[in-house]
Amino acid sequence: MLTKRIIPCLDIKNGRTVKGVNFVNLRDAGDPVELAKKYAEVGADELVLLDISATIEERETIYELVKRVGAQVDIPFTVGGGIASVEKVAHILRNGADKVSVNSAVVYRPILAKEISDEFGAQCLVVAIDARQVDGEWLVHTHGGSKPTELKLFDWAEEMQSKGAGEILFTSMDHDGTKAGFACEALAMMNERLTIPVIASGGAGSMDHFVDVFTKGKADAGLAASVFHFDEIGLSELKGYLRQKNIEVRI
Amino acid sequence: MIVMIDYDAGNTCSVMNALDRLEADYILSSDPAEIQSADKVIFPGVGHAGAAMEALKRKGLVDVIKGLKQPVLGICVGMQLMVEQSEEGDTNCLGVVPGVVKRFEHSEDHNVPHIGWNTTMKKSDDPLFENIEDQSYFYYVHSYYMPENEYCIASSHYDVTFAAAIRKDNFWGIQFHAEKSSKLGAQLISNFLKIND
Repeated sequence: MLTKRIIPCLDIKNGRTVKGVNFVNLRDAGDPVELAKKYAEVGADELVLLDISATIEERETIYELVKRVGAQVDIPFTVGGGIASVEKVAHILRNGADKVSVNSAVVYRPILAKEISDEFGAQCLVVAIDARQVDGEWLVHTHGGSKPTELKLFDWAEEMQSKGAGEILFTSMDHDGTKAGFACEALAMMNERLTIPVIASGGAGSMDHFVDVFTKGKADAGLAASVFHFDEIGLSELKGYLRQKNIEVRI
Repeated sequence: MIVMIDYDAGNTCSVMNALDRLEADYILSSDPAEIQSADKVIFPGVGHAGAAMEALKRKGLVDVIKGLKQPVLGICVGMQLMVEQSEEGDTNCLGVVPGVVKRFEHSEDHNVPHIGWNTTMKKSDDPLFENIEDQSYFYYVHSYYMPENEYCIASSHYDVTFAAAIRKDNFWGIQFHAEKSSKLGAQLISNFLKIND
């Protein structure tokens, strides 16, 4: 049976892992390759490397890092952050990443999703969507959730699916950083509307939140950062717990 | 010498990384003579079956691959191209293994692509799966599948039961990405490298 995936997300700045809450009070957390290897060894199903570098110069360091992760890590990994062209996607995939995630760039130029999917296949395109509820309506936000748009979450996810996205990575800004659980209702609705897999992000605080995201939220995968980085939840412990709750996971 | 076929397949770099981790001696080549004289051939593949066949035709490799007598391992689209036809773009494939590749149908509990780690059932004692237990997890990512057939040496299930691995004579194929399937994936690749040695 296909298992539910647990995906740690590493925030990368200038080639180093950083830890912080909501991108505030960032501190250096070491070499991403070592952390990626550690996660792979304790049972991560995939990894996401999110480049949060602020400058173009810093962003150039991502290629070297992708190469090192690809050489040393034997599970799939996705690279996101500041990807706005087919050329950059080609460069990242050729350096050894399995997938890319795009976010703000496809909001400004939706056809980019189709260009990437046509060129490299849907399997390597994850469209990341940050959204929060505004007057009861889920609206897409860009730039790490800081800029609101007029786009409605579910319509936008459907449009990205039709443009060739292989997966949707949905982060609820309302839940992100709260550690109060994932946006299960919105996730279930998204699964209802889409035919492609959905990765849930934002709100993980306990092992039961992962149970909920897979049962109530119908998500295919659960992504989290800080609960894993700060050792609040151990990956192997989490997987044992999920299996106890009859959720299929790889152990 | 192990030769990996170079036709710009999406997972070429990942397979090379996996071979490097195993310290395997290999070259990447699209030269027919080099491929024909290899001890073993690895045939990677990710992306669209039609585009992949076009790339093989452009490089003049269709008949070269069909005529290979040494062990060949097709990975993902590399395996799917071994059959006669794929529904993906109604593509005529290599035809070294009988059969047609079909598209998964979406249902409530089965999103498409099929992405992630799935249990893999061994169907026979093939050297490719030596030291790999029945029901092991491998990493899959695909929207098209080869239905179970007589050449199936391992199967998996995602709404339908499909071929996870096949073997016909010197042609082996795996639907999953061994190069991304952690330790067991490395074991499988290492098993292939040892075949006939």
